[in-house]
Amino acid sequence: MAEEMRIVLRNYGKIDPLKIDDYISLGGYNALKKACATDKTALIDDIKKSNLRGRGGAGFNCGMKWSFAAMAQADQKYVVCNADEGEPGTYKDRLIMENDPQTLLEGMAICAYAIGATKGYIYCRGEYPQVVKILNTAIAQAKEKGVLGDFDIEVRMGAGAYVCGEETALIESLEGNRGEPRYKPPYPPAQGLWQKPTIVNNVETFAAIPVIVEKGGEWFASIGAPSYPGTKVLTLTGDINNRTFFEVPTNTTIREVIYKLGGGIPSGKKFKAVQIGGTSGAFIPESQLDTPIAFDAMTAIDAALGSGAVFVLDETRDLVDVTTQIAKFFEHESCGKCAPCREGTMRMFDLMEKINDGEGSAQDVALLNKLGRVMSYSCLCGLGQAAPAPVLSTIKHFPADYNAKFA
Amino acid sequence: MVNVTIDGIKVSVPNGSTILQAAKEVGIKVPTLCYHPDQAVKANCRVCVCEVEGNRLLQAACSQPVFEGMVVKTKTPKVIEARKTILELILSHHPQDCLNCIRNGNCELQDLSAEYIIRDNPFELKVRGLEKDLSTPAIFRDPDKCVLCRRCIDACTVIQSVSALGVEKRGCESMVVPTMGGNLIDSPCVMCGQCVHACPVGAIGEIEDIDKLMAAIADPDTIVVTQIAPAVRLALGEEIGMATGDLPMEVFVAGLRHLGFDYVLHTNFTADLTILEEGNELLQRLTTGGTLPMFTSCSPGWINFCETYYPDLLDNLSTCKSPQQMFGSLVKTYWADKMNIEPQKVVSVSIMPCTAKKFEAARPEMNSSGYQDVDIVLTTREIGKLFRMSGLDFSRLEPSPFDSWMGAYTGAAVIFGATGGVMEAALRTVYEVVTKKELTDVNFTFARGFEGIKEAEIDLDGTKVKVAIAHTLSNARKLMDQVRAGESPYHFIEIMACPGGCIGGGGQPITKANVKRIERIGAIYDEDASLPLRKSHDNPEVKVLYDEFLHEPLGHKSHELLHTHYHAKNKKCL
Ligand SMILES: Cc1cc2nc3c(=O)[nH]c(=O)nc-3n(C[C@H](O)[C@H](O)[C@H](O)COP(=O)(O)O)c2cc1C
Ligand code: SF4
Ligand code: SF4
Ligand code: SF4
Ligand code: FES
Repeated sequence: MAEEMRIVLRNYGKIDPLKIDDYISLGGYNALKKACATDKTALIDDIKKSNLRGRGGAGFNCGMKWSFAAMAQADQKYVVCNADEGEPGTYKDRLIMENDPQTLLEGMAICAYAIGATKGYIYCRGEYPQVVKILNTAIAQAKEKGVLGDFDIEVRMGAGAYVCGEETALIESLEGNRGEPRYKPPYPPAQGLWQKPTIVNNVETFAAIPVIVEKGGEWFASIGAPSYPGTKVLTLTGDINNRTFFEVPTNTTIREVIYKLGGGIPSGKKFKAVQIGGTSGAFIPESQLDTPIAFDAMTAIDAALGSGAVFVLDETRDLVDVTTQIAKFFEHESCGKCAPCREGTMRMFDLMEKINDGEGSAQDVALLNKLGRVMSYSCLCGLGQAAPAPVLSTIKHFPADYNAKFA
Repeated sequence: MVNVTIDGIKVSVPNGSTILQAAKEVGIKVPTLCYHPDQAVKANCRVCVCEVEGNRLLQAACSQPVFEGMVVKTKTPKVIEARKTILELILSHHPQDCLNCIRNGNCELQDLSAEYIIRDNPFELKVRGLEKDLSTPAIFRDPDKCVLCRRCIDACTVIQSVSALGVEKRGCESMVVPTMGGNLIDSPCVMCGQCVHACPVGAIGEIEDIDKLMAAIADPDTIVVTQIAPAVRLALGEEIGMATGDLPMEVFVAGLRHLGFDYVLHTNFTADLTILEEGNELLQRLTTGGTLPMFTSCSPGWINFCETYYPDLLDNLSTCKSPQQMFGSLVKTYWADKMNIEPQKVVSVSIMPCTAKKFEAARPEMNSSGYQDVDIVLTTREIGKLFRMSGLDFSRLEPSPFDSWMGAYTGAAVIFGATGGVMEAALRTVYEVVTKKELTDVNFTFARGFEGIKEAEIDLDGTKVKVAIAHTLSNARKLMDQVRAGESPYHFIEIMACPGGCIGGGGQPITKANVKRIERIGAIYDEDASLPLRKSHDNPEVKVLYDEFLHEPLGHKSHELLHTHYHAKNKKCL
């Protein structure tokens, strides 16, 4: 175990991303041909069988999602790729788009066929102008080759707000409105972009599709953790020797990621904590390092796989300070629509800063706990629901760091 | 139908119902703040969260549809903790200003704070210190009190299609602001006051002119004369603890005398007068090739809207002033003369269901008497407050009739208060003027009711007149776009800015729901039916006014005092 396995990054380094012929020579667009020769229901059934779950963070069953949009009756449906990748420390979607853009286009085209859509959008992070160029070139080449049939894809630049990665805020932003989440249900597969059935999937999710179609759902389902099969691209940052990316099967444990692939902690220092999934991820202590990087296993320890960012901290780090910076990030990124997040992220930062400055008390920690708990199940969208995770997890697993501030 | 269990009670509700509706069905009230019964769901306050079995996340009752077999718990410790914490968060970022607040005693946030037993708020009090917007004579904004529910935006954008309000900035810096930057006066705001009804708190309200009135009453050298608009009485009862329509007119008058008004007259008088002027104007336009369709001009919010969004159609507006302003110019001329009172001593007050009337009275066009025609405009709510302050027991007040002159009115004037009323009143008169026959059935029922746009073709002895009626400005916009496109089939269009007409005006008792407005409309037609005279041209005092003073509709004097012209506002709009 603890070996890389490249599915979504299968063409990484093997092709020139700006040459569609390279992609085709490695079997590219065979999956789309195969898909289009398959009955739509059977195609979606096979995706369901693969048990592929969303790689954007929410882990929803992809085939199931598609089936909702496929069933919906509408004169127009949309396929949207979420390439907002706003999570600090994450660049897995960029890797895929920069190195193998045609895979993404093919995955989207298969989805379009499956649900009956003719129009697609790629909502690309505003800070990735280079990627936008590559995508536009790739789309132009695919159109010229005629591989996409009547499916049209357009690239849109993101508005720069973190919350615009949330699928309904993304949809609002695509529509030209203020980037704010909608309440759900209705979910996008029923009423999404311009109220039409819409599939929003992450780049990594779409990138897995062509391989699944080619090799079959059963094959994919047999890889990694059964409840969240396949591979996950991880990006390692922080106090770790190999600050790079890996694609591993989902039954790989965090310990293997850090010590085998990541090469451990630099300068012989001890491990203190790892935050997985991005800014809103929980801080995981040593005792939980044998958890596999699969969706449900992470949920079971009150953590989340999220985007697959792995941020390692060594023994010298002050977790209260780190968490205070994170709280500031969320105060800034709250869209302001719902009360518990708008007011809660502000209070969370206030309280963390107070504690970090040595002016807090155990009572403040208790208040943070209550506030975080309430936000986690009352906020309108995933941002406010997940924002307290770093605070709650550090309070739970690293009380010493807090106590040290009360001296 | 879907079977659900709410707090252990089983109930079957229609498909697509929300938890909120299902809970109401079994008699459980789930608290709400951003929810508004006549608006789209917002789900942003999260005060209504409930537990749904099988779900870790709490669900907003206002937005979450029920499903077969759903088990909901509306008040578990987890739910109560969440609601309380959310309220604490909102309240700790809100001025603790209830004692000085326009909504003290009638505030959804205050109620929630009491219901959820908020005591020692654990969050430190932080007030944003934003500036109050006092730029208009009608509506103020107090952004510090805003809870960002966005109900005002919905009212302004969806119901009124004015789009004067929007959200700016993000996170805890979010603010509801006038859309074009600057203050409300710089925005396309028409001052209809529908945002005031929508607002659950004291973040938007009417500019109160109570102190001005008190000063005038206290001044021994002034004669304080008031007019009362038709829609006021019906709703005023609601402000002083009575059912809609239950406050008798003459008890209301008696109450006003107790407050110290010297003369109590009725806007209904000039409503009847409006019909004679406007009805004749319509006939003149029809026969002399004037600009058609003609639009009514008694709703000042609508006038503002037309000046802002349809300046190219200002010639279609009837040149008649609103009944309030006709009254104002007559009271300091004809009436003062008749009563032998020096006009400069007269303080002309009007009691209106409307916030935009405050703006209208202050217009530079409105001084044809040589003075400001209407000096002070009070809303129904303000007069309600004065009545509460007065300590009067209305059940024991001796009824008192209106003063004369300019106190008499017909049923036609009464129905001005409801959408379609001006049209119906006009038709009652126009019919008899044109056909020279008596109208046996005065009820034009097509014109009644809450439907957004109503239309009909009226046969005036061979002359066919097509008419349309719209209330709310979003409905007005539909008719206006037709006119602008040259596709309007109508000759005469009645527009009222507010939902339901004046009974739903921005100055009426705070009403969240249209059901209340519909109830008030019912009371209006009851009153009309109960009156002996129901056609404006039968008003005996109006007849005398023409005999003695105006001589004829659209005559020289009328033009001087009762008609006006409006001007493009040239405002920036979205
Ligand atoms: C605050 C917030 C930010 C998000 N950012 C992203 C993002 O950058 N990229 C992404 O794919 N999904 C993001 N998501 C998740 C999306 O809402 C959505 O679940 C996902 O795009 C669905 O695709 P999937 O099923 O393929 O994962 C975010 C969610 C939240 C709440
Ligand atoms: S949770 Fe935060 S980001 Fe999400 S809707 Fe609420 S305020 Fe906006
Ligand atoms: S808005 Fe409501 S809670 Fe706020 S000060 Fe006014 S009355 Fe009190
Ligand atoms: S002004 Fe009133 S209605 Fe508008 S958002 Fe604020 S609290 Fe809500
Ligand atoms: S009333 Fe449901 S979220 Fe505000």
